[in-house]
Parts: sequence; structure tokens; C-alpha cells
Amino acid sequence: MENSEKTEVVLLACGSFNPITNMHLRLFELAKDYMNGTGKYRVIKGVISPVGDAYKKKGLISAHHRVIMAELATKNSEWVEVDTWESLQKDWVETLKVLRHYQEKLEASSCDHQQDSPRLERPGRKRKWAEQRQDFSQKELLEPKTKDVPKVKLLCGADLLESFGVPNLWKSEDITRIVGDYGLICITRAGNDAEKFIYESDTLWKHRNNIHLVNEWITNDISSTKIRRALRRGQSIRYLVPDLVREYIEKHDLYSPESEERNVGVVLAPLQKNTAEANS
Amino acid sequence: MKSRIPVVLLACGSFNPITNMHLRLFEVARDHLHQTGMYKVIGGIISPVNDNYRKKDLVAAHHRVAMARLALQTSDWIRVDPWESEQAQWMETVKVLRHHHSELLRSLPQTEGPDHGRAHSLAPTAVPELKLLCGADILKTFQTPNLWKEAHIQEIVEKFGMVCVSRTGHNPKEYISGSAILQRYQHNIHLVREPVQNELSSTYIRRALSQGQSVKYLLPDAVITYIKEHNLYTGDSSKDSTQRNETSW
Repeated sequence: MENSEKTEVVLLACGSFNPITNMHLRLFELAKDYMNGTGKYRVIKGVISPVGDAYKKKGLISAHHRVIMAELATKNSEWVEVDTWESLQKDWVETLKVLRHYQEKLEASSCDHQQDSPRLERPGRKRKWAEQRQDFSQKELLEPKTKDVPKVKLLCGADLLESFGVPNLWKSEDITRIVGDYGLICITRAGNDAEKFIYESDTLWKHRNNIHLVNEWITNDISSTKIRRALRRGQSIRYLVPDLVREYIEKHDLYSPESEERNVGVVLAPLQKNTAEANS
Repeated sequence: MKSRIPVVLLACGSFNPITNMHLRLFEVARDHLHQTGMYKVIGGIISPVNDNYRKKDLVAAHHRVAMARLALQTSDWIRVDPWESEQAQWMETVKVLRHHHSELLRSLPQTEGPDHGRAHSLAPTAVPELKLLCGADILKTFQTPNLWKEAHIQEIVEKFGMVCVSRTGHNPKEYISGSAILQRYQHNIHLVREPVQNELSSTYIRRALSQGQSVKYLLPDAVITYIKEHNLYTGDSSKDSTQRNETSW
């Protein structure tokens, strides 16, 4: 398939990134190889969107630090970057809204692009042609050519997929829109469990063509929880997180028994919000 | 307060190529020995195996040494030693241990005083120990017939000692209890749990590379760059800069 026929994809990963680890970064690499390998997609960008502090997860340190660590981690990546919009919001933001926000951002910059680039060589005729094109593209704004705008897809591990089953964690309408309008790329070791989970959900089953399961054959179990535990115990985290991230953590003494106690006793934001709405 | 025994960790292996997992072995082993309160790890050595080991897909030693060197650029306590790889023949692990141990003793500062200039003038607690660092899977290979000489296994666990880092699918305690020699010297075999389960292996890396897949974040960037520059592990050995290009018709 020609490159021009492939759907351009942006992989968006939401999460605490508390802290970011080499495993998070691997998810992007595995997903890109897989999607590009299907021959139908071309992954053009990866985006890390750290959750805002209002999420109130236990042990969650300030978004400011988590964003900086993610930026340090992606400093020498050619295609993965950090988006701070979600982390800057005062209230917690549903994942669906983050996807929507990013998709709209892509559409907006795609329209600007079309207006800015008339493809004519002869300088004399350039202005006239550009004016014509401008009229034309304003018409196009009313009927956007969705094929040309890259598609945002949610990148995650199997834990997120299976969290769809936790009561009140996700709104069912949100799940439907996430898999229906956007799509999911889920990196998993236990492919069979993930397939079973999809099979047992009518919503997921309906949109199963939009859910890509990518098998990670080797266990690479570098969870942020283990990193924080190792730090509290004075153990080395070298080679589990990028060196710049490790140095930043050490310099700012970010993780301690005290930091792990943050938000203890506080209800996680989505649970609070969805339970309140259900009761209202 | 009794002073800690200084220890140097020696890891032998193909390192074909070196990965983050190999580097983790050192970090995890050091933490473990320190937390026993009895040891102080003063150095780490990576000793890539000689080309004459003739393992399948083994790229030239000079590449494997160069890659290890690049991987260790940011480490302040681990270094690569090419001695084993530069010998004319493949040599048994115990000989590598003996060599590095005598090198270690020779490099110690001589004390002043009536006995100065003679190694045995050092207080016993200051004499560093050289321990073999490996994955727990190596303990299992002791059972493979004809792979190791019995006398060597004994010397390794008796004279030197081992630090074995657990690996998925291996139960090191079982391997120890299944061998009389290992049982006898089990106090000298330190079993270390690696809480971060990691099945990363050089085999996996080579396969991913030959299939054109990304290995970023599994080994240091500098090593990945080296592999690409020298066309290693492409799965097509005629492109490998290890060998001279030969016309094949």
C-alpha cells in the first residue's frame, strides 16, 4: 500500500507516569512497530499525557515534576513528546476528553497547513492561485476531509483495558466512544486474557476491529510502583528508567515514605465523580 | 565494628549484545550485598567470552567489547575487561576468575612497615573477594553433563563465591539442594531476588533487530547506534562487518 493510502496515527498514552519508566517508553515502540507492520497505518507521533493532580491517586506527586520527568525521558526521542494540557487542568479530565482535545488540535493544525501551502512553482501566478485555494479550503472546513487528518488512538497496557470493568471508574458511554470513535492499542503479555475480556463485553466486541492487541512476548515488568518502592528502600533504579529521569528524582528527592502517603483516604476522582452523578 | 569485606563482581558471558538486563544484574547484586551489612562492592567487571566459544550467531569479540564499553560509559564502578576475549583459546570460567583475582591482588596498595612490598602483609578483612555474578540459570547449567568440570564448580563456590540473580522460570534453591557441592558451599552462593521481572535477553534483542523492530529502551542508545553503524544482527551475515565480504556464486 502506498504511504498516501495509509491512515496516519498518533498514539496517545494517558496515565500517572509516577514516575515514567523504560516500560512506558517501550509501549510506544511496540505499538509503532505493530501498527506500521499491518501495512494500513503510519504512526507519525507519540504523545504522553500525564494525569492532573486532581486525580487524587495514592502516592501521586505533583504534575509539575511528572511532566518534567516525561520531557527528560523523551528528550532524545524523534517521535514521542509530552502534552501538558491534561496536567494543567484544575479538575480531573476524563480520558475521552483528552482524546477529543488532542484530535481537535490535530484537525485545527491540519486546516492551517492546507491554507499555508499552495503548491505552485511560478512566482507570478502564486498569489492568484493561493487566493483561489483559500476560498476552496474554507469550503473544505465545512466538510472536513477526515482521511487526511491523522487519527488519535489510545495506547495502553492490559491493565487499562481491564479497568473498564471496575464499577464507576469509567462511564459506559465514554468506553463506547473511546473504542468506537478513536480506537485502542493495547500492549499485553496475556493476549488470551485480553481477548476474553473483549469477548465478554458487548461494547468492546462490537468495536473489536478498533482494538489492536499487541503481544509483548517478554515480561518487562518495570512498574512505577516498583520504582517508588525501590527508591524508598535505597535500591538502585538504574537501567529501569532513563538516566536523566533517575538524576532528576535523586536531585529533587521526589519519592519517600511521605510522598507515598499523599491522597491516602481520598477517593479517586473518577470514582467520586461517577458515583456522585449516579446518585444525583 | 567489623569492617566490610570488599567485593568485586565478575560477569562472564557472550554479551551478544549487552542489554539493560545485564547491567541490572550488577546493580541488583550490589544492593543485595550491601544490605547484608557484610560486604562493600568496590568494582564490577564484564568479561565477554572468546570468539572460539563458537556459540551460534556470536559476533566478533571486538564488537562485543566495544558495545559493552559504550554501555558502561555512564557507570562509575563497572568496566569491561577484554582479557578473556583476547586469549588464543576459549577458557574455562574458573581460569578467568583466577586471572582477575590475581590481578586484583597485584593492584592492591602495598602497606608500609616491616613487611612492606608483600601482599600477605594486608589485614585479612581488607583482601577483596572476587565473586562470579550470574543469572540463576547458570546454576542449572552446572547439572548439564560435561559442560563444567566438577573440580571447577567446587573451586568457583569454595574459593570465589557466586552471586546469582533470580530469573523467571528458574528456582535456584532447587538447583542448590540438588547438588552436594553446591549445598556444602551454599553460604558462599548469594541468591538475589530481582523484584522487577525481566525476561529481556540478548536472543530477544537479536531476533527483534533481524526483524527490523525497535529495541530502544532495552539497551543503551549508544549500543543501538553502534549496532546500526556496524550492521550487526541484521540476520543477513553477508552484511555483517564482522566478516570480509565474499562473493558467493
